[in-house]
Amino acid sequence: MRFFEVKNLVKYFGGLAAVNDVSFEVKEGEIFGLIGPNGSGKTTIFNLISNFHSPTSGSVLFKGRDITGLKTHRICKARIARTFQVVKPLGRMTVLDNVVAAAFSRAKTKHEARDLAMETLEFCGLAHRKDMLAKSLPIGERKRLEITRAMATLPELLLLDETAAGLNPSELVEAIDLIRKIREKGVTIIIVEHIMKVIMTISDRIHAINFGRTIAEGTPGEVANHPAVIEAYLGEAYARG
Amino acid sequence: MKRFAPFLLLVILILFPLLVRDDYHQHLMILVLMWVVIGAGWNVIAGYTGQVSFGDAAFFGTGAYTAGLFATKLGISPWWAMAAGGVAAMAVAFPFGWICFRLRGAYFALATLALNEVMRHIATIWEDLTGGMVGILIIQTFVSKVPYYYIALALAVAAVIGVQAVMGSKWGYYFVSIREDQDAAESLGIDTHLYKMISLNIAAFLTGMAGSLYMNYMGFIDPEVVFSLHDISIMAILVGIVGGVGTVYGPVVGAFIMVAVHEFFRTGFFGFFKGLAALTGSQAITTLAKYVMQAHVLGFGILVVVVILVLPNGIVGDWKKITGWLPLGGGRRSAA
Repeated sequence: MRFFEVKNLVKYFGGLAAVNDVSFEVKEGEIFGLIGPNGSGKTTIFNLISNFHSPTSGSVLFKGRDITGLKTHRICKARIARTFQVVKPLGRMTVLDNVVAAAFSRAKTKHEARDLAMETLEFCGLAHRKDMLAKSLPIGERKRLEITRAMATLPELLLLDETAAGLNPSELVEAIDLIRKIREKGVTIIIVEHIMKVIMTISDRIHAINFGRTIAEGTPGEVANHPAVIEAYLGEAYARG
Repeated sequence: MKRFAPFLLLVILILFPLLVRDDYHQHLMILVLMWVVIGAGWNVIAGYTGQVSFGDAAFFGTGAYTAGLFATKLGISPWWAMAAGGVAAMAVAFPFGWICFRLRGAYFALATLALNEVMRHIATIWEDLTGGMVGILIIQTFVSKVPYYYIALALAVAAVIGVQAVMGSKWGYYFVSIREDQDAAESLGIDTHLYKMISLNIAAFLTGMAGSLYMNYMGFIDPEVVFSLHDISIMAILVGIVGGVGTVYGPVVGAFIMVAVHEFFRTGFFGFFKGLAALTGSQAITTLAKYVMQAHVLGFGILVVVVILVLPNGIVGDWKKITGWLPLGGGRRSAA
């Protein structure tokens, strides 16, 4: 049984094909990178998986189960969590309450939810901020809060949407450490990222898309040297050498 | 001090009818307590869950008419309708929420406004059942105001404690999450549609109960009174905003202030204008008095503008700011 699979995913916005026949498979326990230039359809793929948009055609399979068209909150219950590129903190709640709200999707009682939330905050290194209002966090920690909240729903598959964007170099190192730590916990990760340093270091395999279509897939080294990828990022002149 | 304020208030409220014996002030206090219940309901759906309702009168009127119809059509004591009125209001809220919660923000608010008007028209047109514009008249159970006062007090205390309990539970976390960001809430496994429905039904139940209480107490209702947009729906919003949106005691404070403001205008600044007119014998002042007494909606509007500008979180929400303006509070703040 395949762990996670996206099959012939297509999404049209009016006449524009934002995602056009994209298929890939993610193995349990790996970090799977999704790259592509701006507007190539990476975030749309995440939105299709978590069903913020429903696909025009194609399917999403998780552990042998077809989860296409399942409501967003049910996708979360099925143990696929996501973060948002444009962070969505629950602003007028404390950091702890943000995570408690997420933990309630697994915990039965308030006590359990608080315990799970505190544990997750410790794990993600945000425990010292627990009593702050989410809206008063700096951007780096807001991104971390996104991950913490997603982790509190105890996912088996985590979708990270540009968690490293806007971070300074030292925060970047911390973010990479955290992502590795999450993988060591046994959580499979699909990561969308623009910062090549991040994605090339941590991904086991990378899937590159442009204009909604697959252009390459393979190990970081293979994809970085693939002519179609170089063309997409640097232009045709560079690709020809 | 702050911790004991609710208990102190409760003790004063329990003793109130023993200390203040005149009907007029007891009447005002019954209205205040009724507005506490309505405000608490509005606060759940609009204040905590962030789904602003302009149509509380739909639930209030449904509760009031349920009590009235219990008495006139079924011959059952309208007191039984206290719970039934709440349930009837939920029966209105349920299909409405099911359909209209796919709307967000201002569009949902507009739908609630429409619900208000639809319910008012139904009550007006369906004469066989409701008596139309003639309204419903029932015989009140008690002559004294005191029993009504204690029933209203019990309801208000139950509403405030009940809302506080709900907000401390999983439901409360979910309501506030939905208010803060519906998409984020959905991605965290919260069935936003379901929890918005729960929140709306809590609000409808409380507001419907208040409506039944109103019918029992006043003995007379017609569609223009209980389905009134400005006297019920807008007033509910004002109670919530002035007191403090999304605070437990906001509706309590808001109810006191709004009933006072309402009464202030209704009586022409507590009889000030009438007295002035009698004193001077001026026709112009008599006319002015009439306009002032009818201008309470204008007064509400100005009050809301001032509150939103100066105390955007309401009196309870911005309490620190208010104490900061006082000489004593200012000293404490600079010391801290």
